[in-house]
Amino acid sequence: MITKRIIPCLDVKDGRVVKGVNFANLSDVSSPVELGKYYSDCGADELVFYDITASSEGRKLFTDILRQVAEQIFIPLTVGGGINTIEDFDRVLKCGADKVSVNSGAIRNPDLIGQAAEKYGSQCVVLSVDVKRVDGQFRVFAKGGREDTGMEAISWIRDCVARGAGEVVVNSIDTDGVKGGFDIELLKIVEAAVDVPVIASGGAGCIEDFITLFREIPDMDAGLAASIFHFGQVKIADLKRELHRAGIVVRQ
Amino acid sequence: MVAIVDYGVGNLFSLVSSLRAIGQEAEVTSDPAAIRAADRVILPGVGAFGDAVEKLNASGLRDVVLECAAAGKPLMGICLGMQMLFEKSFEFGEHEGLGLLKGQVVPMEGRLPAGLKIPHIGWNALRFEKESPLFRYIGEGDCVYFVHSFYAEGCADSLIADTEYGRPITAAVQRDNVFGCQFHPEKSGSVGLNILRAFCEV
Repeated sequence: MITKRIIPCLDVKDGRVVKGVNFANLSDVSSPVELGKYYSDCGADELVFYDITASSEGRKLFTDILRQVAEQIFIPLTVGGGINTIEDFDRVLKCGADKVSVNSGAIRNPDLIGQAAEKYGSQCVVLSVDVKRVDGQFRVFAKGGREDTGMEAISWIRDCVARGAGEVVVNSIDTDGVKGGFDIELLKIVEAAVDVPVIASGGAGCIEDFITLFREIPDMDAGLAASIFHFGQVKIADLKRELHRAGIVVRQ
Repeated sequence: MVAIVDYGVGNLFSLVSSLRAIGQEAEVTSDPAAIRAADRVILPGVGAFGDAVEKLNASGLRDVVLECAAAGKPLMGICLGMQMLFEKSFEFGEHEGLGLLKGQVVPMEGRLPAGLKIPHIGWNALRFEKESPLFRYIGEGDCVYFVHSFYAEGCADSLIADTEYGRPITAAVQRDNVFGCQFHPEKSGSVGLNILRAFCEV
């Protein structure tokens, strides 16, 4: 049986992990390589590196660091942030990324998904979507969740999957940062709407939230989180053990 | 030295890195002489079967790979590279493979119980079907990383491990010096590295 994936997400700026991570056994807590290795050793099933750099020099640093990560860490790597063109796909795939996640780039140019899927295969193209409730409707937000696009989220996700997105990361702005649990209502609807793997993001605050996610939505494929892993509130090994104990199939 | 056959398909960065991580010299090459001189050969592959076989044939490396296999050199196909070891594939039409192993490659579509997602993406457990030197450093139930929509069937004589995805799916095969993994050992953490290490000791 395929296992449920647990995915830590690391924000990288100018080649360094931001949001001060606090692990006593790491010599350099903002090194993407050290942190990536740490998570990989702890049992993370995949890593997401999100490039939040704005400058082109920062972008260059990011690809350098990505190459170093990929030389030393042998689990799937997904890269997102600043992916607007096929050249951006090419740039990160050449440095060892396995999948590329697109968000605002796909909103600006939906054809990007189809072009990338044709060139690299659907398994390589991850749609990342920030969703927030507005006037009783699920809306797609752009620019890191700052801008309401006016688009209805479920039809946008369906459209992107039809264009060739092979996985969908759904980040609920309503639950993000609140640590009150994943947005089960939204995730259930997305899960039922598409045939490709869906990754839940936004809202995990404790181990129980992951158990609830996979119990409430048995077909959900993965749970993604950032700060609860980085600050050590949830240790991946503990999370895996508790999921296993709850009867949820995970890789241990 | 391990030669990774470069016939213009896919990204071989991780494969090279993973072999280096276990202390193996590896070279991505399309030079027949380098492939013939290598101790071991890996046939990688991503994308569509027909396109990949066409590229392998056009590169002139098909015969080199067959020659290495016939000479008893350890050969490992990974993912689509494994699928190419079989007689034929029904991925978008019918295509002839290398014919080193008996069996054929068929789509998951229509062959899995309803509700299972295609492609089969993620970590899944290995169930051993036959002893193999490939498993020297790993255990039954260890998880490896899969990404595929087609799988090999009719390969009972070479099947060494399968995985459960609504039905048994061919995960690894071996016949004498010819090995194949449907999953990606270079993306399967320490289990994957241990499979590569075992291959390098065959």
